Amino acid sequence: MNLTGPDIRNLCLTALAFGICALLPLGDNGYWLGLGVTIAMFTTLATSWALFSGPTHYISLATAAFFGVGTYVTGLGFDSLPFWSLVGLAGLIGAVLAALVGLATLRLSGVYFVIFTLGLAELVRQVITWVQNNTGQKGLYVLTDLDEAGIYWWLLGLAAAVFLMGWLIGRSRLGFALRIIGDDETVAAHSGINTARAKVLLFMVPGAVAAMTGAILAPRYVYIEPSLAFAPILSFQVVIMALLGGASRLWGPLVGVIPFTFLLEAVSSNFPNQTTLVIGVAFLVIVYLLPNGFVGLLDKILHRINAREGA
Amino acid sequence: MKRRPFLKLVSALTIASALAATAATAENIRIGAVAPKTGPLAGGATVTQWPSIYLWVEQINAAGGLTVDGEKMMIELIEYDDQTNPGETIKAVQRLATQDDAHFIIAPYGTGLNLAAAPLFDRYGYPQIAVSAITDQQADLSEKFPNMFFTLGTTTALAADVVKVLSEMRDAGQMGSRVAMVNVADAFGIELATAAKPLFEDAGFEIVYETSYPLGTQDLSPVIKGAAAATPDAFVAWSYPPDTFGLTEQAMIENLDVKAFYTAVATPFPSYGERFGAAAEGVLGAGGVNPESPAFMEYAAAHEAVTGDKPDYWASATTYASLEILAQSIEAVGLDRAAVTAHLKDSTFDTILGPISFDENNSNPDFWTVGQWQGGVFKGVASRGRDGTVPVILKDGWD
Amino acid sequence: MDILITGILLGGTYALIAMGLNLQYGVARIMNLANGEILVAGGYFAFIAYTSTQLSPILTIFLVAPIAFALNWLIYRLMLQPLVNRAKNLGQLETDSILATFGLSFIGVGLMLSFFGGDYFSYSFMAVPVELLGNTYGANRVLSFVMAVLICGALYIWLNRSRAGLSIRAIATAPASARLVGIDVKKLSALVFALGGAVTAVGGALISTYLTLDASTGVVFTFKALIIVIMGGVGDVRGTIVAALLLGILETVVASLLDPGLTLAAAYIMFLGILLFRPQGLFGKKPT
Repeated sequence: MNLTGPDIRNLCLTALAFGICALLPLGDNGYWLGLGVTIAMFTTLATSWALFSGPTHYISLATAAFFGVGTYVTGLGFDSLPFWSLVGLAGLIGAVLAALVGLATLRLSGVYFVIFTLGLAELVRQVITWVQNNTGQKGLYVLTDLDEAGIYWWLLGLAAAVFLMGWLIGRSRLGFALRIIGDDETVAAHSGINTARAKVLLFMVPGAVAAMTGAILAPRYVYIEPSLAFAPILSFQVVIMALLGGASRLWGPLVGVIPFTFLLEAVSSNFPNQTTLVIGVAFLVIVYLLPNGFVGLLDKILHRINAREGA
Repeated sequence: MKRRPFLKLVSALTIASALAATAATAENIRIGAVAPKTGPLAGGATVTQWPSIYLWVEQINAAGGLTVDGEKMMIELIEYDDQTNPGETIKAVQRLATQDDAHFIIAPYGTGLNLAAAPLFDRYGYPQIAVSAITDQQADLSEKFPNMFFTLGTTTALAADVVKVLSEMRDAGQMGSRVAMVNVADAFGIELATAAKPLFEDAGFEIVYETSYPLGTQDLSPVIKGAAAATPDAFVAWSYPPDTFGLTEQAMIENLDVKAFYTAVATPFPSYGERFGAAAEGVLGAGGVNPESPAFMEYAAAHEAVTGDKPDYWASATTYASLEILAQSIEAVGLDRAAVTAHLKDSTFDTILGPISFDENNSNPDFWTVGQWQGGVFKGVASRGRDGTVPVILKDGWD
Repeated sequence: MDILITGILLGGTYALIAMGLNLQYGVARIMNLANGEILVAGGYFAFIAYTSTQLSPILTIFLVAPIAFALNWLIYRLMLQPLVNRAKNLGQLETDSILATFGLSFIGVGLMLSFFGGDYFSYSFMAVPVELLGNTYGANRVLSFVMAVLICGALYIWLNRSRAGLSIRAIATAPASARLVGIDVKKLSALVFALGGAVTAVGGALISTYLTLDASTGVVFTFKALIIVIMGGVGDVRGTIVAALLLGILETVVASLLDPGLTLAAAYIMFLGILLFRPQGLFGKKPT
């Protein structure tokens, strides 16, 4: 592993940043911690989403499906297995499910993939409901001792793992292959890269991570039922936050998650009767004014500064 | 450049909450309310939850407010839309508790959202008088969340009383023992069906047709046709609002020949009676109320006058009753939340449904279970401990 | 036989839901996620017309169609045309339009909420039995099936027999080349988008005669429409009709013979199956 000076500096800075974030529960136990949990959750989901959808330009709306599966793993197993094993199990199941979905659909063109992943959450929800119906099992009550701070630290740990993984992939052969695929898939195929395999492998990352996130958050929801665990809106929120920040950099989604969370909070608290309406307007503003996210905006500014300096 | 909008937002939020805090020190009781205004459960909450809340606040403020320690204090309602998303419910409750400094928070809508909010109500010490949370786990839940109170009954009670009503009809020779039972494949529907099946069998009924269908199914005719083919005497559907309407319409079209027809949620909605008119006569549904009681009639008139909509014949009145309970507790012991919670456990309250008190599981043991449309009004025909039940009538065709 | 007819009737419903989206996506290249909200709005219109003035939905659709046409045309010109102009390739346009129309769908829900409230709405129209080949069906469903046939038939004839239709099909096949032969792609795209919206709203008015809707139920219909349009092959009216019928029949078969709880799973398998063997959909053109 060749670590250059800037690499070591970035690693240390990131570790420091995570360390500081981990101190939040010690400072506040209520509202801000709650927001912290939300931000940590969406950062994890959005960053892992961007790991796949950034390079390949395939918009995956399957986050809700994997998330829901993860909540069910915890819901079914929390009184027989230790928590950490549930998270790991959820990751495994998420990865396998993602591999299956990937194998089945990544050969299709972009928009078909989008539609299929959109409905995946619905499909899994229906299947689980059907199983529940035939086994007489009802909603799952997850009554544990894991409190808000604990959930926050788990999520932070997962987020750190996602960043680390993203960094490692970026430096690996897989990452190199994916960048070529993202630029021009035909060239990649002709260069001998097994594009299908690369895409499937990469798709397993957001699948596993989303499932683990769901497993960690199940204790917060207390009652796991299909319609709440597989809410499709989650997939869209993740996409919009990642795109708001910019999916082309590892830290891009983070820059999208934080302002969007605060925006959503401001809208929900000030416009209780028009929440949906204002969110829609916010969406449109983002799409029209920030097509490449904050990262894109930053790039444009830097480009302009450089051009001016160069001239 | 990208940081400025963010900072602006944060400072705007801070200013807003500071303003809210200073405004709040004026003599108002801050009552928080979070429930769906959008999303899958919005339809139900719009009928049974929000209007009763608005009516209650309006009536109290019109009378000058609640009397706390000898002083009159008006109610300030702080409302949020949780979009039927438990994550949003959690956020809203936290906001109400820590940013808005709410004195009390009205319980959310639906079992799932109430349960998501329960740990927070517990942590911040708010009493949670839940209405639309119907569950069999009340003993476990009240142990884990000692501030949580239940008012609308248990799943098993609702299912058991349907079986009882049908048994009585059968024993009186009005119909046979063949039952077709269907349910919507969603939490509440599944729970009801699972509770009901052994109860039907123990009561000597034969389940001749049984199926479930996904929420949002557009075509329920296979379900009704399948049921009709089994020639049942009674048709029972543990259904949600869209399929309650859909199944009833299909039954009309197929002219389903049964002596008893039951659909669960939304049967007591006024829109059900309006849509089906005379064909609704004799349809059984979940819940009920005594519509002849003067208290209910007064409530219904005020509901329509203030909000423009009629109340439903089940959860609306119970939501209002839960708010009456809160008001009476505040007037009795003041704004201290722990004192109110203790008061809830020990007292009996006078509400539009009659007297309500909570047992050792913080559950109200007296609630309506089954109602029936008779003469354009949905009347209670079975209850646990409530007066005013009327006799059941047979379903006689669909005209 | 009963199952077949019920399935065909259901397919008619689905065709109404999906036809508008097919026009919008196939020609104007807008993956319109606000499709369901237009549908529900059409339904609201019919509901209000019927409950306050007793106006029959069959007549209401003649009011709904032009209003929806105008509204959708405005939406395209004001909100979607900038995206079309800005997009460097089709993939980016699709992404942008998905996100923009998703925002639109939120706005649609929010507006309907403000005007009509969040309550369910439904009404009884022609909920009388009709006997066909020995079995009973709802007259309202049969009526909407007949209307679906008429509308889809009219669209098909217009697209295949008229000059305007020819231009539109040219745009659907190869937009760049269409421009080269002098077709005003921008103007026609806007018109077709508006037409798609009008068809969807009319469909909404018709299905409101037998389904219960509320402000938030649009998303379910959007999703069904998306599946049907893609299965049938983008840009071809016949594809949507065939896919809608197949889906209706499949769902009814599964619901009657297997378990109503598996209908979506079956629909998915069909969706996947068709796309794996014919990635362009049943009637779509193979990408060159």
